[in-house]
Amino acid sequence: MLKTRVIPVLTIKNERLVKSVRFSDHRNIGSYIAAVRVFNSRDVDELIFLDLDASVRGIRPELLREVTKECFMPVTLGGGVRSLEDIQTLLNCGADKVSINTAAVETPELITAGANRYGSQCIVVSIDVAEDTAGAVARAREAEARGAGEILLTSVEHDGVMEGYNLPLIAAVSGAIRIPVIACGGAGVPAHCVAAVRIGASAVAAASIFQYTQTTPQTIKKALVDAGFPARV
Amino acid sequence: MIAVADYGMGNVGSVLNALALLGVPAKLTADPKDFSEVTHIILPGVGAFSDGMRELRERGLIPLLEKEVLEKGKPFLGICLGMQLLSSMGEEGGETKGLGFIPGRTRLLKADELRLPHVGWDDISIAPQCPLFSGIESRDFYFVHSYVVEPEDQRATAATCTYGETFAAAVQKDNIFGVQFHPEKSQKSGLAVLRNFINLHA
Repeated sequence: MLKTRVIPVLTIKNERLVKSVRFSDHRNIGSYIAAVRVFNSRDVDELIFLDLDASVRGIRPELLREVTKECFMPVTLGGGVRSLEDIQTLLNCGADKVSINTAAVETPELITAGANRYGSQCIVVSIDVAEDTAGAVARAREAEARGAGEILLTSVEHDGVMEGYNLPLIAAVSGAIRIPVIACGGAGVPAHCVAAVRIGASAVAAASIFQYTQTTPQTIKKALVDAGFPARV
Repeated sequence: MIAVADYGMGNVGSVLNALALLGVPAKLTADPKDFSEVTHIILPGVGAFSDGMRELRERGLIPLLEKEVLEKGKPFLGICLGMQLLSSMGEEGGETKGLGFIPGRTRLLKADELRLPHVGWDDISIAPQCPLFSGIESRDFYFVHSYVVEPEDQRATAATCTYGETFAAAVQKDNIFGVQFHPEKSQKSGLAVLRNFINLHA
């Protein structure tokens, strides 16, 4: 039975682990390497690691290698991916999957080229939704048609607020496409994750809940199992 | 020393990290001299079947693999796309001839209404005689794929997984092994599979 994944998201800015609220007010919350080590030792299902500076400063292979060296679970790397060469660079750095965000909007052909070259399973299209659900659905459909393997769906309004995921958005997007949707933004308690999965998410991603509360990925997976969803506990 | 075949298709960083953790010297290479010297060969890989075969051909790896794996009998492990390339024919990216080390086809997973790709941790059933899985603690492994290998000879199936249909999660023919999941990304059980492979002798 395929297990529902619980995926910590780590974002870095100026070489520090940060957490935003609604994509702003990035708070420095410590060392990313320490966080990566903790999640690896906790045997998490998967990890998403995003370098917010990469779009301006470029991809930093040394920094990414330092991260993936600690990861014996699948890692999605992202930040500043604009070309096939960037995808190759991230794969060389130990990425299993590559997240494409801005470029998926500006040059959607990159999704096609990346999926053709490296396979759909390697291309995660990250969609940050500011307001319009219909627009998000259209972008998800296009990403799927172009060969994306997964959608990382983040609701900007819910980011860092910890009051629950954007359930209507998750329902609309996961109902419109066949590739898996990773829901992101809003987890404050394990029940929020259960609700996101119940409404259609294949996996739940979260950050604040692991940084600011006692909840671990394992706690969330136990809640999923209690609710009847298979998870790796 | 282990050769990790360098054909530009891999999450090779992950495979090298895992081998380093196990304390095994490994080299990413397409050099015939390296291939003749190593004891084991790993063909990792993510990507499309047709691209994978083209890259193997362009880098001169096909005759090298035939010599070291088929003739000399060196233990060989294909991971994900690397397992699929062992088959005789692949459908992804247009019908393409594979290495043919394990006769069969690589075709789209029949997942019915389930989502594709098949992404995440899934449990496998293991054929008792397969040495790759001896002593593993958990049967959950990390998969990320849309295509599966259908071996002509059912006896080549060393483990199965079920997602929409029951498919080959691992194949074996003599010294040749393939795993559809990613042992380098499957935490302790995955590292145990790699360790078991490394402990095999030609």
